[in-house]
Amino acid sequence: MGISQNEQQSISDLVGQYKDLPGALLPLLHAIQGDVGYVPDSAVPTIAKGLNLSRAEVHGVISFYHDFKTSPVGRHTVQICRAEACQSMGSRQLEAHAKQTLGIDYGETTVDGSVTLEPVYCLGNCACSPSVRINDDVYARVDADRFDDLVSGLSSEEGATK
Amino acid sequence: MIFYIPQDTTALALGSEAVARALQTAGIEPVRNGSRGMFWLEPLLEVDTDQGRIAFGPVSAKDIPSIIDAVESDPTSHALYQGEVAEIPYLKSQQRLTYARAGVGDPVCLDNYQALNGFKGLKNALQMTSQQIVDQVKDSGLRGRGGAAFPAGIKWQTVHDAGADDCQKYIVCNADEGDSGTFADRLVMEADPYQLIEGMIIAGLAVGANQGYIYLRSEYPVAHKLLNTAIERAVAANFLGENIQGSGKTFHLEVRLGAGAYICGEETSLLESLEGKRGMVRAKPPLPAIEGLFGKPTVVNNVLTLAAISSILEQGADTYQNFGMGRSRGTLAIQLAGNIKRGGLIELAFGVTLREVVEDYGQGTYSGRPIRAIQVGGPLGAFLPESQWDTPMDYEAFAAIKAMIGHGGIVVFDDTADMAAQARFAMEFCVVESCGKCTPCRIGSVRGVEVIDRIVANENRDNNLILLHDLCDTMEFGSLCAMGGMTPYPVRSALAHFPEDFSLRDAAGAAQGEN
Repeated sequence: MGISQNEQQSISDLVGQYKDLPGALLPLLHAIQGDVGYVPDSAVPTIAKGLNLSRAEVHGVISFYHDFKTSPVGRHTVQICRAEACQSMGSRQLEAHAKQTLGIDYGETTVDGSVTLEPVYCLGNCACSPSVRINDDVYARVDADRFDDLVSGLSSEEGATK
Repeated sequence: MIFYIPQDTTALALGSEAVARALQTAGIEPVRNGSRGMFWLEPLLEVDTDQGRIAFGPVSAKDIPSIIDAVESDPTSHALYQGEVAEIPYLKSQQRLTYARAGVGDPVCLDNYQALNGFKGLKNALQMTSQQIVDQVKDSGLRGRGGAAFPAGIKWQTVHDAGADDCQKYIVCNADEGDSGTFADRLVMEADPYQLIEGMIIAGLAVGANQGYIYLRSEYPVAHKLLNTAIERAVAANFLGENIQGSGKTFHLEVRLGAGAYICGEETSLLESLEGKRGMVRAKPPLPAIEGLFGKPTVVNNVLTLAAISSILEQGADTYQNFGMGRSRGTLAIQLAGNIKRGGLIELAFGVTLREVVEDYGQGTYSGRPIRAIQVGGPLGAFLPESQWDTPMDYEAFAAIKAMIGHGGIVVFDDTADMAAQARFAMEFCVVESCGKCTPCRIGSVRGVEVIDRIVANENRDNNLILLHDLCDTMEFGSLCAMGGMTPYPVRSALAHFPEDFSLRDAAGAAQGEN
């Protein structure tokens, strides 16, 4: 996947900024993902060179952690909590509903590029389950209806900004 | 009159932001406090009035005009009136040390923290030698609150004694609170972050470390923001950095974000991750206290352990040690979650029974159906049937019934729960989250899912049950860390106490287990 010259430049800048930090790789990967939206494959050699690591080591770290994405994701990331507290309140039904409504499985993005659906294991909101995180906001007691409201809210927000 | 509306994750998830906006529309600028931990009442609006600090909950934005009217005339007449907040039995009956400040005021306001006895522990510690601080922690009987319950003072002594005098040492706070049903660390970080910061500075003084890291899970964006603000302000006020309060001591603190790996809550995996590597578990020895972060002596403690340090140094080891039972001293942060009517944070001395917590505080299930099983201690904890609910919450008492208190999370399931599906999930979770270093965990969990599927499908049932028990033994005794070593706990307890769920079921039931 090709990335723009601007993105390549900002990756190089971030590597320069983080390279002297002890244990720099995770903060750097978070910063790149925050900037570009994912960690492109073409960033790996730049990161490896800057941090004096092998490309295999960098690839190994990116692939180890659930958070790091290696291809573009939707404009919104919707995470459904799959952990036990949420299961006790019906999250298994909620995830089935979400997959059906959005027409995608975990790890996939809707065709309009709006929503990427992901599983998450605990959002720390376990007294008011089931929980859903959309971007940086957590929502409590989400049933099928509330899920539909939240997701349709995302597309109407986008409609308003177009 | 001052209005308070919380800004912690749960209150926000239940709409406290809209309540705050409604207050602003009415011309009132509310204080954004932390939560009291009574999550069943969130969003809980508090008002400081002539009659004391009164509460309304759970409120939504549309209730604001009527609440403002009621506050000015007769608050007790409002349907959501909860009385004086400190008198609410759920809160009043607790023994709050770590959470004494939670919800009282703006969590990142330094003046507020100091007005509520904040940094008194640090000021005491600055007058003591490092050995005196370590001795205080030993005398308190404090044990690690992350789950393993290792005596904190002994760990500190090891780090204190390790290396030459000028040896670089680290304090690492494990804030990778990944267990389902737990939110105690999050509540400290969101409602009283300076308490954690203070505990870490004291730890640094005690063992001779000048650098600390808080390894925070990325699933906690609100805590991340608040911690960073708190650290910035603590630096500005010279509680962090060089020459702390003119003492000549130095301590730097930084928050590092995890990246969605449950295993990084295991201390050696956490250290690998902090070093910028894959979160692979290390073999022990060497202990992190001797060779920890970047190979240097390191204290790795949970958020609650470090938070407790500030009250121990403020009130003295004896006060802390007076709470609790047996070898479990002090208070336990119980987190009541799952299918429960009144979920929340309950801080009590060790020794309360599970039944008292679930029935008296929790008031039964949210669904109104009977409770069937209770999982204590996160995804690696056993499922307990009703016959075990009278067990007191004490590390040793739980170990005696092959269960664990862990980080204090309690997840309640009603009678619709499918315990075979839960046992399967325990194995499935281990498949997703295993670091992959040791075979019993990496391969055993995959085989575990397959074997449970065969048992449920009644395929060569008796032999597969033997195989599952055998597999559980291999995982328990052959894994490098608790991930593979304790995944058998929920599986075995589901098999032992709810065997009927593992018998042949119809296609719909099997599909649900499939997921």
